Amino acid sequence: MKAHLMFRDQDFDPLAPLPIHSPDLIHDLELEVLFNAMARGDKFLYEISKAAVLSSLKDVDSVLYRQEILRDCLEHSSVIREIYQILIEAIERKRRSWLGIFTHYPSGVLSGAVDIISMFIPSLEQLRKIADKHMGMFHSEGLTRFFAMLQSELSDEYLSMVKYHLQQLKFPRGVLISAELGMGNEGMNYTLRLPNTKNKNWIKEALSKKSPTFSFTISERDEAGARVLGALRDVGVSSCANALAQAAEHIESFFNMLRTELAFYLGCINLKEQLEQIGNPIAFPVPAVMAERKHNFKGLYDVSLALTMKREVVGNDINADSKDLIMITGANQGGKSTFLRSIGLAQLMMQAGMFVPAQEFCANLCSGVFTHYRRKEDALMKSGKLDEELSRMSAIVDRIKPNALMLFNESFASTNEREGSEIARQITSALLDRRIKVFFVTHLYEFARVFYEKQMENALFLRAERSRTFRLLLGGPLATSFGEDVFKSVFGKQRDQVSIS
Amino acid sequence: MVWTSMLFPTGAVDEIPNVISRPDFFEDLNLGQVIDAITEQKQEYDLKPFFYLPLHDIEVIRYRQEIFRDLENANTLNAIKTFAEKISLVRRYLNLAQKLYYKRQQEGWFLEAAVAYCQAVSGLVGDLEGAPLRSRGFLDFQTYLTTYVASPAFRSLHEEARALKHDLASIKYCVIIRGNWVGVRKYESEIDYSSEVERTFEKFKQGDTKGYRIDLPILSGVSHVEAQILDCVAKLYPDIFKRVEAYCLNHQNFVDPVISTFDREIQFFISYIDFMANLEAKGLNFCYPQLTKTKSIHAKDAFDIALAHKRLSEPGLVVPNDFYLERKERIIVVSGPNQGGKTTFARMFAQLHYLASLGCPVPGTEATLFLYDQIFTHFEKEESVRNLRGKLQDDLVRIHAILEEATSESILILNEVFTSTTLNDAIFLSKEVLKRVISLDAFCVFVTFIDELSTLSEQTVSMVSTVVPENPALRTFKIVRRPADGLAYAICIAEKYHLTYDLIKERIKE
Repeated sequence: MKAHLMFRDQDFDPLAPLPIHSPDLIHDLELEVLFNAMARGDKFLYEISKAAVLSSLKDVDSVLYRQEILRDCLEHSSVIREIYQILIEAIERKRRSWLGIFTHYPSGVLSGAVDIISMFIPSLEQLRKIADKHMGMFHSEGLTRFFAMLQSELSDEYLSMVKYHLQQLKFPRGVLISAELGMGNEGMNYTLRLPNTKNKNWIKEALSKKSPTFSFTISERDEAGARVLGALRDVGVSSCANALAQAAEHIESFFNMLRTELAFYLGCINLKEQLEQIGNPIAFPVPAVMAERKHNFKGLYDVSLALTMKREVVGNDINADSKDLIMITGANQGGKSTFLRSIGLAQLMMQAGMFVPAQEFCANLCSGVFTHYRRKEDALMKSGKLDEELSRMSAIVDRIKPNALMLFNESFASTNEREGSEIARQITSALLDRRIKVFFVTHLYEFARVFYEKQMENALFLRAERSRTFRLLLGGPLATSFGEDVFKSVFGKQRDQVSIS
Repeated sequence: MVWTSMLFPTGAVDEIPNVISRPDFFEDLNLGQVIDAITEQKQEYDLKPFFYLPLHDIEVIRYRQEIFRDLENANTLNAIKTFAEKISLVRRYLNLAQKLYYKRQQEGWFLEAAVAYCQAVSGLVGDLEGAPLRSRGFLDFQTYLTTYVASPAFRSLHEEARALKHDLASIKYCVIIRGNWVGVRKYESEIDYSSEVERTFEKFKQGDTKGYRIDLPILSGVSHVEAQILDCVAKLYPDIFKRVEAYCLNHQNFVDPVISTFDREIQFFISYIDFMANLEAKGLNFCYPQLTKTKSIHAKDAFDIALAHKRLSEPGLVVPNDFYLERKERIIVVSGPNQGGKTTFARMFAQLHYLASLGCPVPGTEATLFLYDQIFTHFEKEESVRNLRGKLQDDLVRIHAILEEATSESILILNEVFTSTTLNDAIFLSKEVLKRVISLDAFCVFVTFIDELSTLSEQTVSMVSTVVPENPALRTFKIVRRPADGLAYAICIAEKYHLTYDLIKERIKE
């Protein structure tokens, strides 16, 4: 029984290895904020969202397959939530009862397996009922097929057969066990004993009458107590509990598979609801094939920022169709980093089959998103700053392929400007030659100027202004910067009072 | 005689402050990871507060240095370690006894705790006898300990426990389970059922078969069912269990508070000694620093303790460095090629001072260090979406705050602070900041790529990271006093990482 809601013809494997550079993407693009919004505190949703966003789809058809299902899910979110809830409850019930301390005892395994399969039955019935009721409301290929599968596989005949089997298993027995007192007066050396028979040991029997038997009874409702007794009871007996326990595992894995496939869509529903609440638009992106060069959007905003600030944030309108290099210069605090992040986030979301944070968005798919951001001094101390930057860049070059999307944020500025510019120029030129799309936010005036003066057809220059709109405008690099202004505003008048002793 | 503390001489403090937050500069200096590593194996002692509390009193620093010297004796050190392991068991048993709900089970573990405690204490007395102790802290504690062990209270605690354990071990009983009914009686020499079963079916055996046995976990021992069984056993042997009950009642809170304080505080020293030992095994040196209030300091063969610790688990050596500042000299301006150990040097300077102020030995073969009032650091911070003020603004606000708070007794570490601005801005801002540090008259290490800063005044001293003359790509990690030479090696490094235009095109295939 397969759901195939993430791919038309394969399972979604949330444990599949993510791209090696995922930690950099998470960090640089503030993906945690996105994952958390999708998860809404649910650890499982978090993991699935993370896996889905980071393992990008590479062809237009796969993206559209998910988009279609996602549209269905957004429209009928309550049905999706209902199904998901059923799965959660079933899995949770199993977890609670299965993890009892004594489940590793044969008798515990056996009775546990009976209990669990009994508990699963109502959940299976509920899933069937939902399929019967809502089938007609869904139009996507994926969900239509999914509901049809539930109806055929969980038929009435099948369910009643399972119930019949569960009536058949019971085991009453009485045992004698010897023990001694160990550390902390805990029992130890438990040994199953064969009771003495009267005939054989009649003298001992007579003597033992001096020794009284003290007794107690475990209450019928005392489940934990019964388990302890069960554990003491058949030490080393019965391997027949195995098969039933495995059956329980199989049903559970079916629930887990469904839950995994639906979790991604539930994450998207969560995200949409939060963005709607703070008044930010979403749009289904129009993906173009990798070989094309498209980046054309209206109102593209940084979804991490919007979710962090919990308010409407300003988006950018840019047409960068047929461009390979987009260089962003200009004022500190002018929205450069935010813009760069919005580009990376939208790309990952589009290639996960999600909607994007924009009014309109069209871009070509890419072979991979890579980020190279300036980092705080390496807490691992292995290397100096420039060394660390170059070592990270080298790791990127090891993996990057033509048609990738490369985002630089103030890279190579950890040495002086002249040398930083030269390093940046060589790296950027080589990447462009290999058909990699580059977004570069930089303070390196010298570096930006060189490319600006080339007047390349496939380059676009944007500039951040010192305004509070955080919108980027078309424009080349300017030589001035604003360090002295900021200094004055922080240090104030004191500046004139200081002189060297 | 009342013994008080291994950390403070009698009367030095009324109460040891419980500092729970790390000093601000910990992260920049990588001291957080050092203290974490030092205390990692010692979580139960809650030692971090001791490491977060720098001292400003030379007397207290000496008091601690004396104790460190006593612990250089291997026998003394081992005696303390053996004692600590046993006391740790006592804590675990008592903790367990407290968590348990049923009386007989509590009593069982309480008794185990008492046995372990008595062994630990009497063992320590014997081990310290004849040890060459000189520190005030140890001598006072030893006097206390000898009196305590001879006291009647301790002796009865010890002897009764031993007798009870012996009697309990002789008990053997049987449990009968029939449905929900459980019976308990004395063991009556019944034979082992499992061997009986094996014998019965022996004849069917044809050879080895695949095993289907489940590995059964040990029973928790503390369930209510086992508690009821234990109650029944107690009824079978009422005399022994009455004595156990009386013992527990008579010896509540048997752990002496002085012993328990000693047990925790001595771990401050032990944890640091263990940490040093790993580094010393690699050929690195530690020394007892002299603390001074005059502004003339020096250190020889000092190293970044965090880097050294990290290098324990990876290849590579730590290169020791020297420094001195005398007369009017206050500020070390460190410049030179990247990845040459500049930041490491700056960290080391502040780490040495911090560790010295804890009363600990410091990296190096000799050191005279300043008894500072506060340490301030500024290392580049990462941009965060949650902080919408620009990086530069943040840097300046932070540096301004530091300059407002710092005094002439402070130590400042400023590491590559204006690298995100243009070159002109960086020069302008660095000079402005350095001028203010100069007028403050505090010790400072200023790491920068703007080498002209090193000649700004007679308070500034230039130190540079160095390379091997024949091969400029090779760093020596030696930071030496020398005029700044303005050499930078960026392109050279780019080649090292195969990141020039040609090399990248070769590496990325079409």
